[in-house]
Amino acid sequence: MTLQTGVDSSPAVVARGLSRRYGRRWALVDVSFELPRGRSLMLAGRNGSGKSTLLRVLASAIRPDHGAARMLGHDLLRERDLVRGCSALLSHASYLYEALTALENLQIAARFLGRPANRAALLPLLADVELDTRADDPVQTFSAGMRKRLALARTLLQDAELVLLDEPYGELDPPGFRLVDRLFATLRASGKSVLMATHLLDRGAALCDEGLVLDSGRLRWQGPARELPARGGLDPASLPEGGA
Amino acid sequence: MPYAFLALGGVLLLAGSYIGLFVAPEERYMGDVYRIMYVHVPTAWNALLAFTTAFVCALAFLWKHDFRWDARHEAAVEGGVVLSGLLCIQGAIWAKPTWGVYWDWDPRLTTTAVMFFAFIGILALRRFVDDPVKRASWSAVSTIIAYVDVPIVYFSVRWWNSLHQMQSSPETVSAPFIIPLRTNAFGVLFLLIGLITLRARLALLRLENELAPPLPASRTALSAEGSR
Amino acid sequence: MNGLLAALRKELLLQQRGAAQLFAVLVFGATALLLFSFAVGPNAELLRRIAPGLLWLALLLSSTLTLAESFQSEMEMKALEGQLLLPASPAALYYGKALSNWLQLTLLGVLLVPLMVALYDASLPRPLALLGVIALGAAGLSAPGTLYAAMTQQARSRQTLLPLLLFPLVVPVLIAAVKATALLMHGDPMGQLRPWVQLLGAFDAIHWSLCGLLFGRVVED
Repeated sequence: MTLQTGVDSSPAVVARGLSRRYGRRWALVDVSFELPRGRSLMLAGRNGSGKSTLLRVLASAIRPDHGAARMLGHDLLRERDLVRGCSALLSHASYLYEALTALENLQIAARFLGRPANRAALLPLLADVELDTRADDPVQTFSAGMRKRLALARTLLQDAELVLLDEPYGELDPPGFRLVDRLFATLRASGKSVLMATHLLDRGAALCDEGLVLDSGRLRWQGPARELPARGGLDPASLPEGGA
Repeated sequence: MPYAFLALGGVLLLAGSYIGLFVAPEERYMGDVYRIMYVHVPTAWNALLAFTTAFVCALAFLWKHDFRWDARHEAAVEGGVVLSGLLCIQGAIWAKPTWGVYWDWDPRLTTTAVMFFAFIGILALRRFVDDPVKRASWSAVSTIIAYVDVPIVYFSVRWWNSLHQMQSSPETVSAPFIIPLRTNAFGVLFLLIGLITLRARLALLRLENELAPPLPASRTALSAEGSR
Repeated sequence: MNGLLAALRKELLLQQRGAAQLFAVLVFGATALLLFSFAVGPNAELLRRIAPGLLWLALLLSSTLTLAESFQSEMEMKALEGQLLLPASPAALYYGKALSNWLQLTLLGVLLVPLMVALYDASLPRPLALLGVIALGAAGLSAPGTLYAAMTQQARSRQTLLPLLLFPLVVPVLIAAVKATALLMHGDPMGQLRPWVQLLGAFDAIHWSLCGLLFGRVVED
């Protein structure tokens, strides 16, 4: 298919044959899919199926060993800085400095992004993730759930067209779940494209448009997200208890 | 083919050493002690050659991302380390009867000792990094920095030592000495080429074992772009 | 170099929070100076003569602690990767870190000088020039040290690997800095200071550019 290079019309993701190994083990094998701009995709699969690897490859944190991709029209390998400029990754690692406060961590990111880094500009963002009361506490005093919220805030700060979320619900409590749902809805409303890896199949299916299942690094199933829990071919033993 | 090099190198080294030990005349000032230069000078030339090869392989790997260059790089560094270690030992063997001390901070020998330690550090780095890609990139970067540093080390040691020492490792001068010297130089060179080639093969085998075999073909066509 | 200013401000923040670490390294350096005098013996004349060497040895040993620690916070939670993805250029991140390490090492050197004067009965006829030499020497330690610290913090046996890689490389810095310091402290009748300072300058220029160029290969996949 011919790819248009105009910024407004190019798909969010066009991936062709992405493969990545860690030493002897292939973590991703020949993954190809497309996601139109402004749509959201749910990435499901068992532990070790390659979800995180795929998100990291698409975010250009790691290089694919084979294959190519275009993110919002930018070539993943040749235009890496452009890809990074238009995408944001919420990773398993928090990307935070333990010794610094929540506000300071956001300030550092804001400065690299060329955004206003004063208190007035960043406090609302912390309020969005319900951390405004802890803005001046060092991250090392935070619980895992609070670190996740701060990482979410940092991701949102980037205001990227393409948002990649690796298990955003991990470590959060039920209010945190609802927070992620709200933020997700806000992203969708502003026309951002979102890829989300999650084990919460029903929740993800309710939020996302498309669904994709990985198994041992290979694409096992692709289709509308609402069909994923039933037809994604995932064995029931891997479904979490009480997914909603 | 590398075995041919090894054989030829061995023969040349034996021939050159025989001539050097028994046929070449005694040197006017140093007596028989000077004869060590027949291995010392060839070892020195080849040590520098080995490290230069390592430098070129490191650059080639960083540019081309081809792991064969990493295998050659590893082999060349090992060759250089062995030769520079030998160089230091030979220097001590020469220095003791001549100057009465094992080590006299001769600039060239001291630089060799520093290079020995620098490149052994790089071999240690390779051993402590499990990921083959990181191992290759990091050791290539380290080799480049270490090699660029060598002339700086040499000059600094030379200025540092200039008040105390004249040239203290053996020099060569006239014709009767040239033949065994050249013979041995080529002898060590061929041995080095043979050993590096064999060692690079070994490194490549290990790399192939560490990195998984290529992907099996699948139903969807693979794009050829971006392969490592 | 996208983000150099942001990187510098980040380093400033981290340094402010890491002041306790600097103090601990200072104590380490001071202890080293003390131990050297025990090793050499209470020979005032000898100690005065070799004081420059002992100062730089103490600084070199302390630098491994400072350099290693400088990347610990970057690797713990992968903060460095997070910045690379914003995007920030690897060169900006390198120079920010190298400058921060340089400042810390210079400060360390300056703080060790009074102790050296006290313990070894050293004299300080040209303190400003000595500051210059310390700064140049610290720059020589910082440039390759920052690069290797980034590498070794991600590898096994990181404590041994950093000095193993760094020490042979910085031999010219040690030689030139000790010589220059000795000339400044004990007098320089034949005007030999200049070439040593130039050597330090050349080493610094080469390594600050080379390591900045290569840093990307060390931290990017």
